[in-house]
Amino acid sequence: MILRVKDVSVARGGVAVLEGLSFEINPGQALIVKGPNGVGKTTLLRTVAGLQPPFKGQVEAPEEAVAYAAHSDGLKTMLSVEENLRFWADVFGQSDIEKAIQAFDLVELRSRLAGSLSAGQKRRLGLARLLVTGRPIWVLDEPTVSLDTASVQLFADAVRAHLAEGGSALLATHIDLGLDVTMLDVGPFRAKQGDAPISGYDEAFL
Amino acid sequence: MKALLLRDLKLAFRAGGGFGLGIAFFLIVVILVPFSVGPESGLLTKIAPGVLWLGALLACLLSLDRILALDWEDGTLDLVATSPLPLEGVVSVKALAHWITTGVPLVVAAPVFGVLLNLPPQGFVWLVASLALGTPALSVIGTFGAALTVGIKRGGLLLSLLILPLYVPTLIFGAELARRGAEGQDVTTPLLMLAGITFGVIALLPFASALVLRMNLR
Repeated sequence: MILRVKDVSVARGGVAVLEGLSFEINPGQALIVKGPNGVGKTTLLRTVAGLQPPFKGQVEAPEEAVAYAAHSDGLKTMLSVEENLRFWADVFGQSDIEKAIQAFDLVELRSRLAGSLSAGQKRRLGLARLLVTGRPIWVLDEPTVSLDTASVQLFADAVRAHLAEGGSALLATHIDLGLDVTMLDVGPFRAKQGDAPISGYDEAFL
Repeated sequence: MKALLLRDLKLAFRAGGGFGLGIAFFLIVVILVPFSVGPESGLLTKIAPGVLWLGALLACLLSLDRILALDWEDGTLDLVATSPLPLEGVVSVKALAHWITTGVPLVVAAPVFGVLLNLPPQGFVWLVASLALGTPALSVIGTFGAALTVGIKRGGLLLSLLILPLYVPTLIFGAELARRGAEGQDVTTPLLMLAGITFGVIALLPFASALVLRMNLR
């Protein structure tokens, strides 16, 4: 379950934003991607998750091994915490949601509607979803947004346990999780022709 | 797949899920038509199949932008696209859920509404048959439209404009089937055409929907 990124360029709206990126993540390892806003971290993560093809280069990941979590958690406000998790567990062919509920301290919230949760509680539920995917490679975009210190700690523990079990993770975050991981600053990989004044072209027509 | 279908149905029936939307709209159209065309029963009988079909089609159109837009807004689509479910299956299930929550109630309610429009007795069977056969096509074509316009904020107008021409064949043959049934004429041709359209779009359109959805998610 090795994730390899070989000389990859990623594009947003048809314009390359990052180029010449190469890295490899082995089981038990995590890589944290850093860089200024708008540099293309999200685009890179979406590319690795397979949501968009790389502009150039290759992303080599085993089939159906990547669990992706983005800015929005994919929660249904009219379903309870438990129903939301149960749905994702069914989609990924898993049955155990208790571990995820315990790990992110959702026991007391389990029958509450997701719509009535606070932003931080929603985020915890969104992260608990990762545990019910049963997938070895986590690709997480700003996972700690709106989490308090205690919840960040819960998340760091979950990542640590995941790595200890032979999983791996690719994270874009600005917070120090206290993990022993490799950092990658993508700033220097900014594409030469990047930041072309093309942003917003699709809105202009609509 | 089953989980996705059950979740969509559950959401539709919960508060704010929009389950009654289509049927309520259908009811409004059918109740208002006799007031607007006058009480002449011969005229109502003549236009009943067409009005019922038009009402059903517009009721269906009303809920199309809910098929994928809500899942897009809360990020579910991105996550589903990275899950083991094939997108072709996802859009098929979405269309099925839309049909169960919108099409089936219309089919069930149509005979009752037919009474309001003075539909002749022999027309009821063919009205129900034409709607049962035609509404799945409306849901499948509608899901294709929803996939095309997903990610466009307030894309409801664009969706309607894109979808209306694609709905025309189903409307023509569906209403023709109901009309011929009501007038006691031979129904073979519109029946076969309607069945052909429905089974054709069910077989082909999910692939097109999945393709455009994949492009829209990039």
